[in-house]
Amino acid sequence: MSSLPARPQSDAGRRVALARAALASVDDPEIPALSIVDLGLIRSVETRSDGTLEVGLSPTYVGCPATEVIRHSVEHALRNADVGAFVVNAVLSPAWTSDWITAEGRRKLAAYGIVPPERSASSMRDVLRGDRPVACPRCHSIDTECTSEFGSTPCKALHRCRACLEPFEYFKCI
Amino acid sequence: MSAAFGTDAPAPGSCARPHGPDEGALFRYLLRLGDLSLVLGQRLGEWLGHSPALEEDLGLANIALDLIGQARLLLSYAGEAEGRGRGEDELAFLREHREYRNPILAEQPNGDFGCTIVRQVLIDAYQLELYERLEASSDPRLAAIAAKSVKEIRYHLRYSGGWLVRLGDGTEESHARVRSALDALWPYTAELFAEDTLDRMMAEHGVAPRLAEVHAGWLRRLDPILAEATLERPRDRPYSWHGKRGEHSEHLGYLLAEMQYLQRAYPGARW
Repeated sequence: MSSLPARPQSDAGRRVALARAALASVDDPEIPALSIVDLGLIRSVETRSDGTLEVGLSPTYVGCPATEVIRHSVEHALRNADVGAFVVNAVLSPAWTSDWITAEGRRKLAAYGIVPPERSASSMRDVLRGDRPVACPRCHSIDTECTSEFGSTPCKALHRCRACLEPFEYFKCI
Repeated sequence: MSAAFGTDAPAPGSCARPHGPDEGALFRYLLRLGDLSLVLGQRLGEWLGHSPALEEDLGLANIALDLIGQARLLLSYAGEAEGRGRGEDELAFLREHREYRNPILAEQPNGDFGCTIVRQVLIDAYQLELYERLEASSDPRLAAIAAKSVKEIRYHLRYSGGWLVRLGDGTEESHARVRSALDALWPYTAELFAEDTLDRMMAEHGVAPRLAEVHAGWLRRLDPILAEATLERPRDRPYSWHGKRGEHSEHLGYLLAEMQYLQRAYPGARW
């Protein structure tokens, strides 16, 4: 701290900024190309009146095994960042949606070879009804097929490109 | 284990709150929801390494994972509502079969892949209709769990429904297999919609929907899938089972024996 007297407000702001920077460094354990901030999992970073820093964390899928790992990583990162007393709360409502993946996150997903979710989850009923083809991330052909609704993680579906014959993953709209 | 655990009698010491059902009733209702998810998730897990194809291994395992996730949220909440210090683990691993409150459709054996798919379609459509309405529950925590889960259940039904259509409208063999599974499992669906005192109490407090409404929605959702699968909807029979009251088929005991083995043999064991 500088020689200026520390005001509680600015100290709170500093801790929140430290925490945000620390959270941006936590990668998703199953898609390490993305941080949990890119995925939109951090819902809030605030200081309570008692001085405790409160982080709201959304799980992607209720049974996703990565959720526990992410929680531990978040706690570890916050401890290392020296943000003082903190709590990490699981935020169920509103439920996480793939719409919360940031533009940066979508770009990183595509670069990693995973097709980002195509439509907004607000039209999820349409998504489930319609069979809109997903474009191949390699050759961009739309002559593709879904081989399984579920991939290596709950959030992804398996697809195959009929043009270049490569299999690829699609991050589901939810 | 105390006889009061998990029975339908109100837990001693629980007091009625002014604007909701008493905690004992909420506890018993949450067990019904959570046990269905837990038992079905455990059943689907039995397919690991045995599915007809790798994609189906992944698909069934992922659905199982979502169901176990639902069960964890619901049983944790149930434990808090009960207020005796039991958490999700105690409720999952240390209750006897009579204390389980799942409808017995969930515990029916996997049979062949077609039979598993039929059971899954029946339950996915039921969960979807139920959870879409639970999103509007007067209990905010249950509403949040439902809102989170319902998005996943839509994918479950798309998977199971898609397979039922392929198998029903497939070869003579696949059609015959899913048709006989549908005939065999249909009588167990009556219990899903048989409203008892607890269901009624939850509906009156706005915690849960009326089951007649869920039933109508379920049929509306199921009929087009059955039609596309060239399957006829079986006729209802008057008899209803009572898994929701703890009266189970013999199959649940075997399932629990496997699922609970570790905690029974090594009490308190942790990863």
